[in-house]
Amino acid sequence: MSTHRLSFTLNGTKREVEVTADRLLIDVIREECGATGTKLGCAVGVCGACSVLVEGELLSACLVPAVFVDGRRITTVEGLAEGELTPLQDAFIREGGFQCGICTPGQLIAATALLSEQPRPDHDAIRTWMMGNLCRCTGYYGIERAIQKASGAGGQSPPNRL
Amino acid sequence: MTFDYHEPRSLTEALELLDRYGDDAHLIAGGTATVLLIRQGLLRPGHVIGLRAIEELRVITRTADGGLRIGAMATHRAVERSSEARLYSPALTDAFASVATVRIRNQATVGGNLAHADPAQDPPPMLSALNATVSVRSSRGERALPIDELAVDHFTTSLAHDEIITAVILPPIEAGSRETYLKFLPKTADDYATVSVAATLRFASDGTIAETRIVLGAVGATPIRARRVEGALRGQPRSSVRDAVALVSEEIDPIDDLRGSAAYKREMARVWTGRALAQVTR
Repeated sequence: MSTHRLSFTLNGTKREVEVTADRLLIDVIREECGATGTKLGCAVGVCGACSVLVEGELLSACLVPAVFVDGRRITTVEGLAEGELTPLQDAFIREGGFQCGICTPGQLIAATALLSEQPRPDHDAIRTWMMGNLCRCTGYYGIERAIQKASGAGGQSPPNRL
Repeated sequence: MTFDYHEPRSLTEALELLDRYGDDAHLIAGGTATVLLIRQGLLRPGHVIGLRAIEELRVITRTADGGLRIGAMATHRAVERSSEARLYSPALTDAFASVATVRIRNQATVGGNLAHADPAQDPPPMLSALNATVSVRSSRGERALPIDELAVDHFTTSLAHDEIITAVILPPIEAGSRETYLKFLPKTADDYATVSVAATLRFASDGTIAETRIVLGAVGATPIRARRVEGALRGQPRSSVRDAVALVSEEIDPIDDLRGSAAYKREMARVWTGRALAQVTR
C-alpha cells in the first residue's frame, strides 16, 4: 500500500497528514484532523450526513479518496461560524431545523453551498438541492423554512471561506 | 484491499502506467463508483491510477462542425452547467442534471460513468440517442468507438485493459431535430430509474419521420436501442407512433428487482417510450 503526504487547508487552517492510498476524506477529517462535526451516515454517498465543501463544491466525504484533496481547501461545519453563527445556522435554531442533530452538519453545509450558488432559491430550488440530505426527525419543513429565512436575511458567509 | 495509488500528470504517463501494470491496474476518475467497488471487495486492484490531474480531459467544447466534445473527466455537473452543452442540446444537460444528487454530480465524471457501464445510469441512453462516439486512447493509438458498442454487459465494456476513454464526441444536431430524456422514478428523485427513455426525432419536409433514435435504460444488461420501434417510425407519419410504441416490449430484457417486476417494467417501458415520443413529435 502506497502512502501519501497531503497538504490542504481545513476551515482555513493548513494541515499536513500522511495517509495510505485507501483512506477517504471522511477519515482524514474525523480521525487525522479530529474535526468530528462531519458525520458518517450511510457511507455510500446517499444520505448527505458527510457533506463537505472542497474548493466550495459540495461533495460526500465518504466517497472522496483522501489523495484527491491534496492542495485543496476543505470546509466543514466547524468552519461556518466565525465568532458568531452564520445567518443560516441561526435560522436552523430559530426555525426548528433539527432535532437529533446527526444530519445537521451535512444539512448546513449543503444549504451553505446552495445559498452561495443561488442566493435567493425558491421553494423548488431548495427542495431539489436538499433532496439528497436525509433527516429522520424534522419532516424537512423546519429545514426548508430555515434556508428560506437565511436567504431573506441577506446571504451567507463570504464566498472566500467556501 | 491494498493498492498503490498513482497520479499521472499527462495522458502519456497514464498510458505508460496502464502498460506497466496491465490488468492489475484500475483507473479512477471521479471515484463515486470505484471507491464503493473497492470497499465492497468487488474490485481488488494492485494499482489505482487517478486521472484527476490530467487537465486536458476536463474540457467541454463545441466542435468545428457544430457538434460537442465532452472531455472524459468533465463532471456531470460541469456538463449540466456548460453553456456550450446547453446550446448544443438542452435535453443533454437536463439528462446530466437529473442524475442522483448535486454531491454525486460534482464528483462523477462522464468518462467514469461510461466505463462503469451500469445499465441504470442516465447519461448513456441520452448520449446514444444523440449518436455519440467515444474517443479511446492506448499506447497503441486512438480509436473512435460508436457508443452502442461500448457497453457489452452489466458493468462490462468492450475496452481493453490498456485503454482510456478520453472524450465523448457528439455530432451536430440537424435542424428541426428534437430530443428528450425521461425517467420513471416511482420512489425518490435520486433513485435509479425503473425505466428511462432517451429519444431524438426529426421530421422530413413532407411531414413523415425522417430519422429517430430511441434508447432505453434500466431494462437490460446495457442501454437498449429500440431498433424495431425506430424502424416502424422511419418514413412514416406522426400517427404511426401509437402502434410502433407497442414493439418496445419485445426489445427489452428487464429483470425483477426492487424497482419493479420484469412484467411491470415492460409495461412501463411502453408507457414511457410513448411519452418520450409524444414530446419529440409534438
